[in-house]
Amino acid sequence: MPVAKVNGVEIEFEPGMTVLQVAERAGEEIPRFCYHERLSIAGNCRMCLVEVKPGPPKPQASCALPAADGQEIFTDTPMVKKAREGVMEFLLINHPLDCPICDQGGECDLQDQSMYYGRDGSRYAENKRAVEEKNMGPTVKTFMTRCIQCTRCVRFITEVAGVPDIGMISRGESAEITTYLEKNIDSELSGNVNDLCPVGALTHRPWQYHYRPWELKKTETIDVMDGLGSNIRADSKGAEVMRVLPRVHEGINEEWLSDLSRYVVDGLQRRRLDRPWVRGADGRLAPATWEEALGLVAGKLKAAPANRIGVVAGDLQDAESMKAALDLFRALGSPNTDCRQDGSALGHGPREGWLFNSGIAGIENADAVLIVGANPRVEAPLLNARLRKAWLAGKSEIGLVGEQADLTYPYSWLGAGSKTLAKLPKAAMDFLSKAERPAIIVGAGALGGETGPAVLNALGALAKKVGVVKDGWNGFNVLHTAAARVGGLDMGFVPGEGGLAAVDMVKKGALDVLFLLGADEIDASASGAFKVYLGSHGDRGAHGADVILPGAAYTEKGGLYVNTEGRVQMAERVVFPKGQAKEDWAILRALSAMVGQTLPYDTLDQLRAKLMADHPTFGRIDYLPAPASFDVAGLGKKGDLGDVGFASPVRDPYLNNPIARASVTMAELSAQRIAPVAMAAE
Amino acid sequence: MSVRRLAKEQPASFAFSKATKAKADWWISKYPETRRASAVIPILWLVQKQEGWVSEPAIRAIGDLLGMPYIRVLEVATFYTMFQLEPVGTAALIQVCGTTPCMLRGAGDLMKVCEKKIGPKDTLSKDGKFTWQEVECLGACANAPMAQINDYYFEDLTPETIGQIIDDFAAGKAPQPGSRVGRNSSEPEGGALTLTDPKLYDGSAAQPIRKLPNSDPVPA
Repeated sequence: MPVAKVNGVEIEFEPGMTVLQVAERAGEEIPRFCYHERLSIAGNCRMCLVEVKPGPPKPQASCALPAADGQEIFTDTPMVKKAREGVMEFLLINHPLDCPICDQGGECDLQDQSMYYGRDGSRYAENKRAVEEKNMGPTVKTFMTRCIQCTRCVRFITEVAGVPDIGMISRGESAEITTYLEKNIDSELSGNVNDLCPVGALTHRPWQYHYRPWELKKTETIDVMDGLGSNIRADSKGAEVMRVLPRVHEGINEEWLSDLSRYVVDGLQRRRLDRPWVRGADGRLAPATWEEALGLVAGKLKAAPANRIGVVAGDLQDAESMKAALDLFRALGSPNTDCRQDGSALGHGPREGWLFNSGIAGIENADAVLIVGANPRVEAPLLNARLRKAWLAGKSEIGLVGEQADLTYPYSWLGAGSKTLAKLPKAAMDFLSKAERPAIIVGAGALGGETGPAVLNALGALAKKVGVVKDGWNGFNVLHTAAARVGGLDMGFVPGEGGLAAVDMVKKGALDVLFLLGADEIDASASGAFKVYLGSHGDRGAHGADVILPGAAYTEKGGLYVNTEGRVQMAERVVFPKGQAKEDWAILRALSAMVGQTLPYDTLDQLRAKLMADHPTFGRIDYLPAPASFDVAGLGKKGDLGDVGFASPVRDPYLNNPIARASVTMAELSAQRIAPVAMAAE
Repeated sequence: MSVRRLAKEQPASFAFSKATKAKADWWISKYPETRRASAVIPILWLVQKQEGWVSEPAIRAIGDLLGMPYIRVLEVATFYTMFQLEPVGTAALIQVCGTTPCMLRGAGDLMKVCEKKIGPKDTLSKDGKFTWQEVECLGACANAPMAQINDYYFEDLTPETIGQIIDDFAAGKAPQPGSRVGRNSSEPEGGALTLTDPKLYDGSAAQPIRKLPNSDPVPA
């Protein structure tokens, strides 16, 4: 490997690295604004100037300069210091001094770097330039006088998000960042430009003036808005979660976050269930005490025959509460347990049968991807960004069976539904079987309904035929839209012997007592059963319930979540549950004592220990299962594929769960991004 | 250079004329199919030629034609000052050079004439026939002061001659471009002073080249 000297210290580096990367490798910090590891190199802020020998006797932009063998790099010479001071002074010429009222103040790159590398005062006495504010949509607030033209936002939205909406118009002193005629940014990853902005030019509109960064308590936790389990940091002030920012996790979200996961937090403050409610004889819900509510539920559960009670687990549930519910209903003798509100055909056979086996990062290695019945852009925006990345690198070819949509990269559309799958065109078969590492991504849109098991079986056969599962590679990928689903399937939260599936439980007259554990996406209005809703928000599930037990939202309880690739992750409590609400597992534990089937755990730790003992997969936190071979052809049930169109069940990602439906920001995003498209389609 | 914005009033639509479209296709065919966007500058020129200026519907039409996001076309159109983002005079767009050599040779007086005859800078005249602008160096400093009118350079101007040119355009005539003092391009006023020996041009001074300069081998 070539060797360079950084400030006199020799350091090896890999060919192709830039001077900046080599200096970082040697432990030298190089200030920068425009350079970002995950974006293309622009080299326009000039903050990363260093001295390099051999070379012209002038400072060089280290981010755009390839390192060479035998090069001497200096980052602390008088020339470098003077160059940085000069660049900083120029950058600050037109930058307003409004840090005290700027949302970025306190976590601003420009502020920090001017402290470290800038001069003490300004020599500039002329007028600063003024730039009009620009509209960029509901997520991005602009203060364009603060902009230093680093173009990180332009590069992110063009390269990573694949929605080239932002650009820089005019030139020189008049250069301005804007969208075309100030239209909204039409990207589900738009919030990331606010993170990337090194100054306060683009800030988070929904949280504008809500906090100062140093007031916040920062908790590292896990996102539950989609099946990916993005790593997040939730910042709270008092009892309120003020904001959510991404944490770096190379295997899942890199350092991005979708708008849904990020801006949903205002939904945590609205429409909350903060006390138990019981429906009185007049048919109206009335406030009740915990004893009354739990006592009523216990009575109903005890009175009903075991096969006439059932539980449906929702999409945002932590594994612990599902385990407690499962144990309770099994102890009561009920086989009616299900976590699949969407009625998908998964949950039987080997664990690989319902996982995203290649891994989220691993999908970048696939050279042919067949998407069946999923819209990754809507269901898992960050997975879509990965697919786009692989496509951009020229590594993968992508085919789609299902509803056509703009996925930000081109794909070949093979057909609309199961009919195509029954007889895949020859071209499609060829591109899969020729590939070295083919992958199939199957979404809930293909696995629901009566043809679900047959579709799963057909896909398994196809996977076997074209070599999707082989030594060292497993490209059979199920894309889940719910954060709770894999955890539920892993612990066997599916109907027991002779039990009813979720879609059957809500049918008229199927059950006497229906327990909805945070289940809002299933229509239980037809069911005549006594309905109990345990959850955090007054939403669809609570609407028709006879008893409401207030639970904790995902930021209010510690919990395990298993993401779509089978990675178990632990979420932490950020704030306490609202009002009289309790953590979900504790409510179920209390209920179990009242029905005389006391669950064998008194603390969350004991519950976790039981969960891990019963299902060892839960015992390894942040562990990604290695690609394992399994009998992919044995999945599902052979049957008639029929002729059904595959459509993603997520029609509107911004209104897809109770927290999002309570959020004002999500309502706005839905109105601006989803409604116009839906209207145009009609 | 001030901030460049699209005109407030925009036409409802834009369509390529047959001739423009043919020329645009010729430009596009010069580039690989995946690099159609390379033709954006020539096509902006063609559109400006057709309409006199670049309108917002035209920017969208170009984006659609080249498979480019509209913002990318807008970036190019606003970057280059040669693209007119507002309607300009139908008879003449007068771009008076105001950079140092022209300024020293009296560009300010030309601008005064323009202001008097046409109106304020950068605004369409009342009759819609004229626009005049002050531009940066057009590279004809030897013939200062000068102005570019539509596609041609008018050089060695005086307040009188530019007044005459404006009157001619107003009358629908097409004044002859070039120097107003009768010289050929940038040769000295009154005719050449050097290289006047006719022998230079009749071939009599030509000699065979016996040895090429610098053709000796490099000493070791």
